[in-house]
Amino acid sequence: MKQYRSHLLVCSGTGCASCGAFDLREALEKEIARRGLRDEILVVATGCNGFCERGPIVLVQPDGVFYQRLRVEDVPALVEEHLVKGRPVQRFLYVPPAEKKPVPRMADIEFFKHQRLVVLRNRGRIDPEKVEEYIAYDGYAGLAKALTSMTPDDIIAEVAASGLRGRGGAGFPTGLKWTFCRREQARPKYLVCNGDEGDPGAFMDRSVLEADPHAVLEGMIIGAKAVGAEKGFIYIRDEYPLAVRRMAIAVGQAGERGLLGNDILGTGFAFDVEIVRGAGAFVSGEETALIASIEGQRAFPRQRPPYPIQSGLWGKPTVINNVETWANVPSIIRRGAAWFSSLGTETSKGTKIFSLVGKISNTGLVEVPMGIRLRDIVYGIGGGIPGGRKFKAVQIGGPSGGCLPEEHLDLPVDYESLTRAGAMMGSGGMIVMDEDTCMVDVALYFLRFTQEESCGKCAPCRIGIRRMAGILARIVAGEGVPGDLERLEELASLVKRGSLCGLGQTAPNPVLTTLRYFRDEYLAHIVERACPALVCKNLVTYFIDPEKCVGCLLCVKNCPAGAISGEHKKAHVIDQAACFKCGTCFNVCPPKVRAVSKLTGERGRAAAAGRAGGDRP
Amino acid sequence: MGKSKASAVRQVVDRYGRRKRSVIPILRDIQDREGWLTPAVLDELARELDIPPSQVMSLVTFYKSFRLEPRGRHVCTVCMGTACHVRGGAIILEHFERRLGIPAGKTSADGRFTLERVNCLGACALAPLVVVDGRAYGLMTEIKADAVLKSIKAAEGKKR
Repeated sequence: MKQYRSHLLVCSGTGCASCGAFDLREALEKEIARRGLRDEILVVATGCNGFCERGPIVLVQPDGVFYQRLRVEDVPALVEEHLVKGRPVQRFLYVPPAEKKPVPRMADIEFFKHQRLVVLRNRGRIDPEKVEEYIAYDGYAGLAKALTSMTPDDIIAEVAASGLRGRGGAGFPTGLKWTFCRREQARPKYLVCNGDEGDPGAFMDRSVLEADPHAVLEGMIIGAKAVGAEKGFIYIRDEYPLAVRRMAIAVGQAGERGLLGNDILGTGFAFDVEIVRGAGAFVSGEETALIASIEGQRAFPRQRPPYPIQSGLWGKPTVINNVETWANVPSIIRRGAAWFSSLGTETSKGTKIFSLVGKISNTGLVEVPMGIRLRDIVYGIGGGIPGGRKFKAVQIGGPSGGCLPEEHLDLPVDYESLTRAGAMMGSGGMIVMDEDTCMVDVALYFLRFTQEESCGKCAPCRIGIRRMAGILARIVAGEGVPGDLERLEELASLVKRGSLCGLGQTAPNPVLTTLRYFRDEYLAHIVERACPALVCKNLVTYFIDPEKCVGCLLCVKNCPAGAISGEHKKAHVIDQAACFKCGTCFNVCPPKVRAVSKLTGERGRAAAAGRAGGDRP
Repeated sequence: MGKSKASAVRQVVDRYGRRKRSVIPILRDIQDREGWLTPAVLDELARELDIPPSQVMSLVTFYKSFRLEPRGRHVCTVCMGTACHVRGGAIILEHFERRLGIPAGKTSADGRFTLERVNCLGACALAPLVVVDGRAYGLMTEIKADAVLKSIKAAEGKKR
């Protein structure tokens, strides 16, 4: 292999790609060639680095210097200063919020400092399209160990001893699942990798598939040996074309090198995989629905038992694990169960990947040891809430999860604690909300999502969620009535108990947790007809204070409804009947002026009715 | 035209070894080639795989990625993920609906624009996010949206 004095690791995850990483990489390659440095410096396109907020990202190795928010125009300066003269370019470095001094080395940045990378150990450092790079970082060493020096029972014992539990959300012990499947007599047996990551706000599975596809593949081959499976299916969500492409490349390379096929590593063991692209149905993430989808049917869940380990694909024993679960397996085999179980808590071992998004300073993907406190994730790694706003809640577990308020910030993140608090681990989406987020609106958002995604097979889910969403829609419209909350709770309990699959059984969680922790906010909507977070449109009025307005015409020009009238240097007025409350006037009014205010409740109604002084407390 | 489409279906079916269980990937591949699924193509596929047309229809109406209408020349996809939602994604979608004069999921009568919504694109750092003709536009505002639409209309005007 050729030696280079420096590597430029260009993050090519979806976040960075969306803000120009591919153009940046091309510009870097051109500039390096132009300066005759091609034999000295190598540009590598890596998978997602995780710090999406700061994209596009370039990491210079071996110096460990982290460059962020780079533009194509910055490339000549970067190459000249850092790569030719050898000094980091201050103005492209990361500066922590509220500080002035940049932090040049990635390892010293708060966002990265508290993370513990097991599944994402190769993120941002290898080219996921080159199996050699994976192998160079101990890739397939676990497989070699499993195939040459372990029996299937040894492998299962190791995975069971590690304490690994399913990362798809429910947390079933992986070793136990494999044991059950191994005991089944029917042949053939199948493996499935569930990559139908549908939770909005969660993108860790995509990131693993994109950044380190061979880790997933290696985990599956080890699992196949353990349970005696001969064929695997990797089901990838429709919206993830890059993940499909990377995985297809990985499967091809593994086949060429004898890591898949009829005689894996010369041991006589045979296993092959097929990639299946999803077709866009959230419910297909449910394991029995996933099976139906692979079989070419509509993704309808079915009653369990029998469980897939007894009767899965085409009625044969099938082990279904999530992407992140599979990607944990190689490290467990290579480094041993004792090492893995030294991470985490009593009941939740190892690490978990979370996507930290929403009203948070450092949006991105983080891998942390189980048991870490929520506060350390939100404030330590995430850097807190931007714009000096106040933390309100963190939503964990997507449409199946719940919203936890500030008093739960010291909760350790493990399966049991989250479930007790009314949320769930889910796939690991963590959406931070601040005081400008309305919890009733969020609850309705999730219910509309599950209502739309319900397959319609069972009545409690199909009709119950619809009824619940109907009540919530009335509440946010200011038409709630006393008794609505009790009715919501009653329906929630029916939907939870009566639904066939996980989608319906967990769909009420966002409503139940917001009712539990933010009941006052619901009551404000119903009793005072007010939205305290100033989100629900029907309950909000935009008002221009004639004494503050300087008559700059900015809002008049930008109002998409054409609802604002006024002349230069004269106070502007909103025609409330024409206003559809998009908030553009509020956003464009210069910070020095701040003449536009959002009002709710009695004051809002007074302003809307044109009663002067409606804005004054 | 009908002939060449029929042979396209057969080609894809053959590539999948004429397996009935592969009906979903087969439909996807056909859609990737043709842009959308015409009634003729669906009938043809049912015959080729020897499955009832009603079963094909049940699949293409169940899964969201199948299109039974052609898309417009320009596709605007507004992300409706949770991160986008808490940063105002719904307001952006409404703005596109008003500007294009079509509800989400529809194509304008002149075949120029299709407006779509997606549950999450996983580029949450850029929320609220809109993808127009394959290009991602992050931290979207109404004003930015107008600029994007204007540039597309201008580019189209030039081509003519």
